[in-house]
Amino acid sequence: MAENTTVGQLKEMLVRLYHDNKTSIDANVGEGIRSVRGKALGDFEKLGIPTRKVEAYRYTNLEKVFAEDYNAEFSAERFKVDLREIFKCEIPELDTHVVLVLNGFYYHDNKITGLPEGVIITSLAQASVSHPGIFNAHYGKYVNTEEDSLAALNSFFAQDGVFVYIPEHVKIDKPVQIINLCFSYKNLRITRRNLIVAEKGSELHVIVCDHTLCRRKYLSNSLTEIYTGANAKTEYSKVQNENNLSAQLSNTYIHQEADSKVVSNILSLHGGFIRNNIFVKLNGERAENHTYGLFISDSNQHISNYTSVLHAKPYCNSNQLFKGILSENATGAFNGKIYVGKDAQKTLAYQKNNNILLSPSARMNSKPQLEIYADDVKCSHGATAGQLDEDALFYLRSRGIREAEARFLLMYAFANDVISNIGTRHLRDRIIDLVDKRLRGKLSKCNECEIHCGN
Amino acid sequence: MLNIEDLIVEIDGKQILKGINLTVNAGEVHAIMGPNGGGKSTLATILAGRDLFDVTNGKVTYMGENLLEMSPEERAHKGIFLCFQYPVEIPGVTMVNFLKTAINEQRAYHNLEPLSASDFLKLLREKQELVGMHSNLTNRSVNEGFSGGEKKKNEIFQMAMLEPKLAILDETDSGLDIDALKVVANGVNNLKNKDNATIVITHYQRLLDYIIPDFVHVLYKGRIVKSSGKELALELEEKGYDWIESETKK
Ligand SMILES: Nc1ncnc2c1ncn2[C@@H]1O[C@H](COP(=O)(O)OP(=O)(O)OP(=O)(O)O)[C@@H](O)[C@H]1O
Ligand SMILES: [Mg+2]
Repeated sequence: MAENTTVGQLKEMLVRLYHDNKTSIDANVGEGIRSVRGKALGDFEKLGIPTRKVEAYRYTNLEKVFAEDYNAEFSAERFKVDLREIFKCEIPELDTHVVLVLNGFYYHDNKITGLPEGVIITSLAQASVSHPGIFNAHYGKYVNTEEDSLAALNSFFAQDGVFVYIPEHVKIDKPVQIINLCFSYKNLRITRRNLIVAEKGSELHVIVCDHTLCRRKYLSNSLTEIYTGANAKTEYSKVQNENNLSAQLSNTYIHQEADSKVVSNILSLHGGFIRNNIFVKLNGERAENHTYGLFISDSNQHISNYTSVLHAKPYCNSNQLFKGILSENATGAFNGKIYVGKDAQKTLAYQKNNNILLSPSARMNSKPQLEIYADDVKCSHGATAGQLDEDALFYLRSRGIREAEARFLLMYAFANDVISNIGTRHLRDRIIDLVDKRLRGKLSKCNECEIHCGN
Repeated sequence: MLNIEDLIVEIDGKQILKGINLTVNAGEVHAIMGPNGGGKSTLATILAGRDLFDVTNGKVTYMGENLLEMSPEERAHKGIFLCFQYPVEIPGVTMVNFLKTAINEQRAYHNLEPLSASDFLKLLREKQELVGMHSNLTNRSVNEGFSGGEKKKNEIFQMAMLEPKLAILDETDSGLDIDALKVVANGVNNLKNKDNATIVITHYQRLLDYIIPDFVHVLYKGRIVKSSGKELALELEEKGYDWIESETKK
């Protein structure tokens, strides 16, 4: 694409791409997915690709990302290789229900067994056809395509991804691990859509891992809707580990009913360009939400997190903690919004964003946004950006700890505030190991990956 | 062991140490006293390797080597240990992890295998008992939320773990109750042998009842203005620093 392609032209190109491929895009999906496309398309045409004039995208240059050249595939590619052989997520002892998703499409050969009765884990497209009742009751219900154009864009291109359904009062012991793989011989534009429905009183841990297996350019725009019913507990862990050429736009919409609890851990370990949008709606009394984020960035990486926590009902708690470590020319942004509706009395809402800048050319922008319409609430926010504590560094070194190790200890301590919230011990240990490698500069690709493609 | 010659130190262009001369031999205990702001902590931190200051003149040799060229960790490996006047709180780094790393880094420097988990725990317990350090403190982050006295005790505990050759105690006695004071003194006296040396910075003669110094120096406005035997401490206590001022004017 020419360098001076305008956002207007990019928008038109995407709309045309949709119209030209409408038949393949609609080929395997049910009415639930098709029915939201029209409105989403209209919203996208109105909103366009967000420029930096849009407040929420002020520090994130999407124009540059969208202006790159990508191919698009509207049907699942079949490789002759067995993906499970190529990609083994070897988290020792981490026993999960593994669900592979290749370039946005549910892998045809996923083998998921031993699920508790009534639990459904299947492809999004499949579920929209085979379970229209549950599917249509939730699909697209927690997303506002008028508000965010990436959500709109995702909604009219959406074809596949993962559908997870946990019936009332079912506790699923093994985490469900969705592994998104990017694997292709050309640069790709990828759309992924997941729907997770955890009914009343259920318990679920979903882990989403994002990997690029090749040194190709990817632009992925994923959207996950999570519904957590009354009294249900959902843990959502996202581990992003992609190459420096990749751009990942990740949108998560969490909807919580009364007395539910959701803990999210957004761990951005590696990636050229990452934008996470996390929307939480506390839609029932005494719901509790914890959203934790950690990112580690270097070279010219850009990682930005946007959160919006909406307190719609009284007696809810929310707590956001985002931490970033930036080195070299990395840039980052945190934009955290807390919205307390007028009926949401007795709200407790906290937000914290702390960053360490390891080089003078690293940049971080942090912006809290509080909108409070109830009077009996407790809200707080705080943001810091600074270097490693020189006094602490000297103290450690004066005890014989080498400078590099001392720096590592301090960075690790900083990161651990987030990691320690991961509820599954084996995953936590694995993340500790990955963060350890990352902070020591030894992680530039997921080291368990069998394909040494040099990213 | 340690030889300081005409050391001049500046910070932001302001002279803080104005020509220090001091020789410490193995087996000796030196006390440094002097009024607030005289430069005692500056001298101590310079010896430990802090690079906040500019050394504009002078030489420091430690066991025959140029100390000023060594990194703080190298000095630690070679046996220098500073008990900080203000120990630093390090949230998120646990005492156990910190001590284990420190010990094993030191061992690696001396080409020794890392301590096994059980040997480390044994050592930890032994030293904990020696200095009367509560075990719930070792389970916490380094100095985080420790009381003033606990922080000082923690310095002595670390000293006992690392067994330095040259220990520098910067007002480790300040803010300690009488029992803790004895612990500090014991810590120092336990280390004392013909190969080790100690520099004790203090404002109080009290500590010197337990740690008997071979020499007492007065550091005043960036200079050592008086050096003598242990009786100097008593004299200072009695006459105050005004006396020093009039003495030095003579
Ligand atoms: N980082 C710094 N920046 C500016 N001035 C400093 C700095 N560190 C020390 N000084 C100054 O150097 C002088 C000596 O300070 P130092 O801490 O060495 O004194 P001290 O003898 O240890 O005093 P005290 O008995 O109060 O502990 C003081 O005037 C102090 O203000
Ligand atoms: Mg001092």
